[in-house]
Amino acid sequence: MIIDKVKKVNEAEEKPVRNSRAADMMIGKWVKCDNCKEIIYKDDLHDNLSVCPNCGKHFRLSARRRIKQIADEGTFEEIGEDILTKDPLKFDGYMKKVETLKEKTKIQEAVKCGICEIEGEKAVLAVMDGNFLMGSMGGAVGERITLAIETAMDEKLPLIIFSVSGGARMQEGIISLMQMAKTSAAIEKFNQAGGLYISVFTDPTTGGVTASFASLGDIILAEPKALIGFAGPRVIEQTIRQKLPEGFQSAEFLLEHGFIDKIVERKDMKETIAKLIRMHKR
Amino acid sequence: MSNKQITAWDRVTCARQLERPKSLDYIENIFTDFIELHGDRCFGDDKSIIGGIAMLENVPVTVIGEQKGRSARENIERNFGMPNPEGYRKALRLMEQAEKFHRPVITFIDTPGAYPGMGAEERGQGEAIAKSIMKMSSLKVPIICVVIGEGSSGGALAIGVGDKVVMLENSVYSILSPEGFASILYKDSSKAKDAAENMKMTAEDLKKLKVIDEIIKEPEGGAQNNFEDVVDNLKKYLVKEVKELSKKSTEKLLENRYQKFRKIY
Ligand SMILES: [Zn+2]
Repeated sequence: MIIDKVKKVNEAEEKPVRNSRAADMMIGKWVKCDNCKEIIYKDDLHDNLSVCPNCGKHFRLSARRRIKQIADEGTFEEIGEDILTKDPLKFDGYMKKVETLKEKTKIQEAVKCGICEIEGEKAVLAVMDGNFLMGSMGGAVGERITLAIETAMDEKLPLIIFSVSGGARMQEGIISLMQMAKTSAAIEKFNQAGGLYISVFTDPTTGGVTASFASLGDIILAEPKALIGFAGPRVIEQTIRQKLPEGFQSAEFLLEHGFIDKIVERKDMKETIAKLIRMHKR
Repeated sequence: MSNKQITAWDRVTCARQLERPKSLDYIENIFTDFIELHGDRCFGDDKSIIGGIAMLENVPVTVIGEQKGRSARENIERNFGMPNPEGYRKALRLMEQAEKFHRPVITFIDTPGAYPGMGAEERGQGEAIAKSIMKMSSLKVPIICVVIGEGSSGGALAIGVGDKVVMLENSVYSILSPEGFASILYKDSSKAKDAAENMKMTAEDLKKLKVIDEIIKEPEGGAQNNFEDVVDNLKKYLVKEVKELSKKSTEKLLENRYQKFRKIY
């Protein structure tokens, strides 16, 4: 999202500025990779799907950019955009925070769902967005995801869900918890109807989303190095009173322990999903 | 003390009391001939979830419960009622067994949450909970879930998807502990009392939110003060509901169960 804006600003600028590396630095066209510490030109990072060209670190994506990378151009038709945040606990400051976020992120909730084509294959695509309250699942997210699952069932389409989530939406209390039951029950119905569900874990996915629909794919993919777990690393460290080893709860760790099918680099994600869809065609 | 003066925090305290009856107390007093069954057939036997077959009057049922210790020593053995993945996998195995033999399932929820340990993550805590929730939604026998103490987070919901979900009057059910809620949202875990009041976690709150179906009465001060009465109330409820739910066709039962959770938003 931020990178998008930067790109637009850059495009509008005069060419000569490009020649001056010092000037670029000053107006923030460069970014330091927090993994390899390499200084990268933001446009290069953007053009490389927000993957560090030096070390391959997959930076987090907004739902909008993810959809752009997965859906064929112009095919994504959003569903459930009228399903909005509710405030069941009347939690102080919650709706105000949501309004501010809507303004800032230009999205209405932490997931975007729709029907699209992926290399010409029609599918239901749900993409969570970590910029919106850490992609937490409250009533609206649960309702949108369930609508996506039910749409896939009714239209006999494959279902693809990209998860990124800090877990349940605390501000909605027990209603958030119940979304785990609602979405998982919908997946079960979809299973019994013979639908194909591909779940993709992206960095980071924890808590109630890991403990519901995200772990229930027929095929479970993950982006490299994505943090995936039920309990967050800090909670575990506090419980066991020691530091977790390097790479604990990474996608690679989950692959080794048998909980995901395949780690797929971002550049290969669309093609992999399209292939899988074709292989399940009846 | 009249009901009006009892705060949410009082309920939390009551729900956590060591002397408060635990799953095994209910199982031993409501049912007869309980035969405990062990293990997930995969990794081990988790002592924080117990399960088996028992008679509810003249009906064989499968019972499953999260088990906290009844003493400090037993609490260590029971891991304070915090299950590992093998606990949920044992529960699921017993539920699928119940389905095969057409036995209703009754679960007792009492946990501070699923255990957040390294082993739990290595063995797929998230997957174990997710699968249990998913399978419960389509299990072809009646399921009644009873929150008897602390129902906290996905660790509680993992055995909490049923045709009827009920709570004892002094039990609590929430997304996480009030301490956790306070530390995340107020950045101050000492504000747990305030959190409890705002979280809508009491039986009364959840009935209003239509998350639960019924509240089972308790004597003043908690279930331990007149356990026989509580057992009697709960047993009557279970006998009646098992009878009612068993009359429904499988199709109707499952559709109702789906809609029950589908409409929570
Ligand atoms: Zn890098």
